[in-house]
Amino acid sequence: MTANAPASSKRSRLDSEPIPRRDFLGIAAVWSATATLLFATIGIAQLPRAAVLPSPSKKFRVTLPDGLAAGAAFVPPGRSVAILRDAGGIFAISTICTHLGCIVKQAEDGFHCPCHGSRFGPDGHVVRGPAPKPLAWLAVTHTGGNTFVIDEGKVVPPGTKVVV
Amino acid sequence: MSVAPAPPGPGPAPALRRFADNLRRSPGRFRDAVMRSGAPRSDRSRSNFVFGSLFLHLHSVRVHRWSLRWSTTMGLGVITAAAFFLTLVTGILLMFYYKPYPDVAYLSMKDIHFVVPTGRFIRNIHRWAANLMVVGVFLHMARVFFTSAYRPPREFNWIIGMGLLAVTLGLSFTGYLLPWDQLAYWAITIGANIAQSPREVTDALHLTRTFDPGGLTKLLLLGSETVGEEALIRFYLLHVMILPLVLTLLLGVHMWRVRKDGGIVRPADADQRLEPLGHATYPVFTEAPQKTYHLAAVVPGRTPAVGNGPENTVPAMPHLFYAEAGAFMLTILICLVLALFIDAPLKELANPAVPENPAKAPWYFLGLQELVSFSAFMGGIGIPTIVLLGLGLIPFLERETDGTGEWFGGPGGVRTVLRSAAFGLGAVLAVEAFVIRFGWIRQWWPQVPQLVITAINPGTVLTLLYGLFSVALVKKYDSTRAGAVALFTCFLCGYVVLTIIGVYFRGPNWEFFWSPSQWPVH
Repeated sequence: MTANAPASSKRSRLDSEPIPRRDFLGIAAVWSATATLLFATIGIAQLPRAAVLPSPSKKFRVTLPDGLAAGAAFVPPGRSVAILRDAGGIFAISTICTHLGCIVKQAEDGFHCPCHGSRFGPDGHVVRGPAPKPLAWLAVTHTGGNTFVIDEGKVVPPGTKVVV
Repeated sequence: MSVAPAPPGPGPAPALRRFADNLRRSPGRFRDAVMRSGAPRSDRSRSNFVFGSLFLHLHSVRVHRWSLRWSTTMGLGVITAAAFFLTLVTGILLMFYYKPYPDVAYLSMKDIHFVVPTGRFIRNIHRWAANLMVVGVFLHMARVFFTSAYRPPREFNWIIGMGLLAVTLGLSFTGYLLPWDQLAYWAITIGANIAQSPREVTDALHLTRTFDPGGLTKLLLLGSETVGEEALIRFYLLHVMILPLVLTLLLGVHMWRVRKDGGIVRPADADQRLEPLGHATYPVFTEAPQKTYHLAAVVPGRTPAVGNGPENTVPAMPHLFYAEAGAFMLTILICLVLALFIDAPLKELANPAVPENPAKAPWYFLGLQELVSFSAFMGGIGIPTIVLLGLGLIPFLERETDGTGEWFGGPGGVRTVLRSAAFGLGAVLAVEAFVIRFGWIRQWWPQVPQLVITAINPGTVLTLLYGLFSVALVKKYDSTRAGAVALFTCFLCGYVVLTIIGVYFRGPNWEFFWSPSQWPVH
């Protein structure tokens, strides 16, 4: 802005003062710094959550042993799934406790959690203890013979069984 | 400087002589340069030395004799800071061999235990110093509370102290995963699922699809859905970098504020109650005091008595430094002796398919684990949040002045504390005995909705009892301090009892056993 003495003398004292250049630059610097920090923070906040989670595949194929007794859980090695057979067919129940993620073990009256004493019935409903939800039933697909595909990522309503 | 003509006769040239002279004097000059104000020989130069040093000037130059009494602080803050220093040094040493990758981590722990010279000893010191730090933080907090040291102008430092408590527990928790053994893996699985436990409420309200803070927290903590390599790297980074930096920063502010807020809290009549200084005590202002360091000793809000000098203060160097060195040596002694005789545990390699039974968190979290065994959300997040909020609000809700700086000061004195302790112990024991004997709502009515158990469980009942007792004491004594004492004492008692039950009386399937010898054998 060029200083123009006659023009400025004509201005009314009620007109607001133009922002001096120094102040304008200072304010611009403060606000651009704030905006930069804000956007940097938003960018950083994106980082801890990867677009693809490094989880192993949740689908797996399993061959049941021939003489699997009704009601006896078959747990494939390295998986947290109990596969059971009864008169209605084959079904899979997750053995991950719905309380705090420990692995439940089959007992005579259902499943027991070792960590905080939650107990579940044979179909996974909560009998006692702090677990807030029943054990999850997982999707089972029959692929012929004694072989099944279990999908740990797909929860199905309790009572869903595959007739062999 | 004018150059003198060369002296007649043989002998070294003057420049060379000056060089030799400078060389001879270099050590002394170097020392003076480091000390800024010369060697600290007199009271005055010592004061300058403390005042001029970046590290030492966290202390005030002169310290009130009340602060140096053993019973004022019992050295708890210094012991905690010293324990942190020990974990820092031993932790850096352990980083030479530790490799943060699943399975490899466990092998490197075995290396540290069995191959690295002194490795096991260093790890033991690290662990014991960490334990001592946790104990120290709690005891220090209790000291500050019971001497009413959170009152103005120290409210902000009380909040900083709570931050230090949280970061200390965070450091312990993140360190617990690093060995990648069974103990570590399952403790962290449980911990991460506690972070996810708001789902207990959002699930019951059918909100989880749209609003899932629990799942997000767990995902950010683990970087995955289960405890794996991402989780290990994250915990490692938090443990060795982020949390130590935060803790160091907070510790710096904490110590600085101790000094700026007028030193350690003391009763208003502390000067009258102190015995006269023994004549054998190191001289106090005998060496021609100068006005400048009268000024340096001025504490905001207090005017030094004219003509007397700031009486009943002694120079921080040496009196305070001797006391601190004593507390530091005590810390080292405790850690060394424990580390010599008791090894840090290392169980078998982590196995994601088979949990430990019982799977126990580190001992200072077992009180929480006991609460979590009633309701994950309330025990792990709800009640701790209530307690932290309550602690943080104490200095703003309790604005009385009676008994500041006195142990168990306030209405009723030590009797209020004892009465609160009796109630706190009685309530927690009664609630626990009831639960262990009769079970809880779900055993009586299996169809009860989860929200009812989340809201009404032994943990929330106990919290409510403590709250009601505190309100009763506020009314009885017509004093907010009495209520604060009741609440703090009750929660301390509850925490200790729950921790003891978790450590000693819980066995496989988290069932109650009088002794581990009764545990069923599998």
